[in-house]
Amino acid sequence: MSDPTRHEGTPESEGTPHPAGHGDTGADHLERVATTDAARELPPEQAGFGEGVIGEVLLDIQHLSKSFGPVHANRDITINVRRGEIVALLGENGAGKSTLVNQIFGLITPDTGTVSVKGDSTPIKDPKDAIHRGIGMVHQHFQLVPVMTVAENLMLGHETTKGGIVLDIEGARTMVRELSQRHGLAVDPDVEVDDLPVGTQQRVEILKALSRRVDLLILDEPTAVLTPQETDELLGVMKELAASGTSIVFITHKLREVLAVSDRVYVLRQGAVVGEVATKDTDATGLATMMVGREVVLSIEKDAATPKETVLSIHDLMVKDDRDLTAVDGFSLEVRAGEIVGVAGVEGNGQRELVEALAGMRKVASGQMTLGELDLTRANPHETHHAGVGHIPEDREKHGLVSAYSIADNLVLNEFDQAPYAKSGVRQFSVVRENAENLREEFDIRSSGVMQTAGSLSGGNKQKVVVAREMSFEPKLLMAAQPTRGVDVGSIEFIHRRIVEARDKGAAVLLVSAELDEILSLSDRIAVVHGGKVVAEMDGKDADRTEIGRLMAGDH
Amino acid sequence: MTWVTKNRTTLVILAAVVVAAYVFYYAANDIAPSMFVAAWGYAIPLVLASLVGVIGERSGVVNIGIEGQMLIAAFAGFFAAAYSGSLLVGVLSGVGSGLIAGGFLAWTTVRWRMDQIIAGVVLNIVATGITSFYYTPGQILPSLIPNLDIPLLQDIPLVGEVFFSGRSWIASFAIVAAVGVHLLLFHTRWGLRTRAVGEYPSAADTAGVNVERLRLVNVTLAGSLAGLAGVYLSMDASSTFERGMTAGRGFLALAIMIMGAWRPLRAFAMALFFGFVNAVASQLQQSGLGVSGEPSGFLEWTLAAITSPQILATLPYVAVLVLLGLAAGRVRPPGAVGQPYVKGDQ
Repeated sequence: MSDPTRHEGTPESEGTPHPAGHGDTGADHLERVATTDAARELPPEQAGFGEGVIGEVLLDIQHLSKSFGPVHANRDITINVRRGEIVALLGENGAGKSTLVNQIFGLITPDTGTVSVKGDSTPIKDPKDAIHRGIGMVHQHFQLVPVMTVAENLMLGHETTKGGIVLDIEGARTMVRELSQRHGLAVDPDVEVDDLPVGTQQRVEILKALSRRVDLLILDEPTAVLTPQETDELLGVMKELAASGTSIVFITHKLREVLAVSDRVYVLRQGAVVGEVATKDTDATGLATMMVGREVVLSIEKDAATPKETVLSIHDLMVKDDRDLTAVDGFSLEVRAGEIVGVAGVEGNGQRELVEALAGMRKVASGQMTLGELDLTRANPHETHHAGVGHIPEDREKHGLVSAYSIADNLVLNEFDQAPYAKSGVRQFSVVRENAENLREEFDIRSSGVMQTAGSLSGGNKQKVVVAREMSFEPKLLMAAQPTRGVDVGSIEFIHRRIVEARDKGAAVLLVSAELDEILSLSDRIAVVHGGKVVAEMDGKDADRTEIGRLMAGDH
Repeated sequence: MTWVTKNRTTLVILAAVVVAAYVFYYAANDIAPSMFVAAWGYAIPLVLASLVGVIGERSGVVNIGIEGQMLIAAFAGFFAAAYSGSLLVGVLSGVGSGLIAGGFLAWTTVRWRMDQIIAGVVLNIVATGITSFYYTPGQILPSLIPNLDIPLLQDIPLVGEVFFSGRSWIASFAIVAAVGVHLLLFHTRWGLRTRAVGEYPSAADTAGVNVERLRLVNVTLAGSLAGLAGVYLSMDASSTFERGMTAGRGFLALAIMIMGAWRPLRAFAMALFFGFVNAVASQLQQSGLGVSGEPSGFLEWTLAAITSPQILATLPYVAVLVLLGLAAGRVRPPGAVGQPYVKGDQ
């Protein structure tokens, strides 16, 4: 255990339900404050919160509504955020969370309703105005200029100059160093953002927001792209910020994170606030139920696996990554029919390259992989599909769907040229459509119709289209890479159930996921990867989370 | 010091070029000076025009209408001077018409989000049409644009001879503009914002920079440089306006911008290089190099074909093609070039 940051390899194990490190930010204390109207009237110093920690209402949104054409993205939303408080906005994809925070940050103008910051209810014109009023935002897609250095990115928009003309780069460097020291977010000011790993880029985003005096920090799905370690680091930073008096609005659909850091939760569904609850008064099931509007099964009920013959066998596989470095390095694994094998590991340990090699999308440097009698090392994606490999790719936007095509066309993307979808080279649209109607119903793809373009669907429904296509031809081997990334709770539950069903029908399932929870709840057997090879294999039933975390971190 | 190590390759190449130029200058003192002068003369409008491209694309707007902007300005400058009898009126009209043409491009592409290529093509077609239709032969300029010899600097061998004497102020301005745009782009607030807007506009927007306004202003103001390039063509390099006299220089400028990796000073160097290849080509044409009399035999025939004036005249363009091929994959354009920015659409 050499590296202390790696220690948190077991993300969920130590989640504390309320902010630590500052007595005044305890959840019960907060609850008391949040329920007394008197606290609104009192200036912070009289309210007994020392340096303005938890106190007056900082952000007050009243009856906010916003429509895009016929779609009501936000309906009559009323929420408030107090100083030093971490408020989570929880909701499924398309519930209107991003629309809401974009209005706070001035990127979208509300139709009706008011947003008041520190009592000032004049409408927020644009991001510049929002920044001026002490609002900072970390966007879901990082808003950093990739070819510029960290220092340049941080100074953008509020540059200091020497003599009124020349950019003061040295000053910006100093600012970066000071900020990163103060908040414990180490980053080199002179590196180009392009060269930084995603986790560090996010650190830069947060520093960028903090480089302007922020009272309210909005984080839009900050953990979507992070590894478990980076996530824990981020949650720690959030707690520290809140303890020092910064309010945080935090968008996510990961319940664990909500429970770990937030003081209060607003649950959104179909554009409206359907619930507000103090975090200490609730649990994962309660939150999930509020989000989806019905009881959600968070842990999958499944029978014991009955594995049969070996379907996929990989022996001593070597695959290189885009930079021509060895990513998969001597990987060996067997997957049998009727079992789910979970590949657990910190991202970037060759999982992506492994799956791409199996799918025929990446050249194999050496080693064997066979599917029954077929040699997969030389197969292209067309051949692997017809050999019975279903592939749910990690990047569904890039490799799973053609956004501009209809749902119906996307559902036959790998068989459109074959009977019954085509006869003598002529496409049979009625069959394609019928197939789509059936799958839409079976897989609960929520859309206005099967001719809607795939690109206009929400993340969860896009994923359902991919899952429907890859499962409907009853593959011998199903490869699911990060099958529920960026997908809402309801869809996660659904996709998990379908994966288990596929197994019960006799498919061999290879599940690759960065979510340890997902691996643990679905897998019959778990292979832990580190440095491109399997470092341990264990039975899914008696797998220990801490043990896996240790192995994932390279301690074996 | 870090600056030196970071730009080592550039500095080495620069030193080699300078040394080679001086060696050539002293070794072939009969032809070299006039070749260098001709090279710079050809490069002047290209420098100005490529700066227009650099400013536009660094802000995220492709400007293939430089050709049209130059043509309109050459036309407006020449005829305004001829009819008013005042050079100043001519120059101001030329630069002003360049501004207006730039404003047209900026407004259509940034405000109305029209396709940038189509807007540029429209500008070129309109420019050719207007200038051909209203062209009247037989006009003359009231006088020549006076030369600007810079004291002291003009006495430097080679450099002084080429850059600082016997040229009008437009030539000096082109040098100042290249250095100036470089300094502005990389060392000022405007430059940082411009580059951000051209690379990743939503990042600039969320940092409080008005993307649309900056693009509008930049593309419009850059038009004045295209205007000056046009004025140079019809009022300085020659003293007459001809139909289609820009002869593809606007497009060449874009090639030079790419070869210069969207950096003003490198574009300046590339324009000089292109001018020099051009001077070499015309020198070869004049020298009557090749076969005297009727060619006989395959070898002589091939040599005669290669050294025919028509083929030699293509040399600069072949050089551009080769360099563009070498540059491909080594230089990258600004990230958001050609994409209109729609707010709230990250």
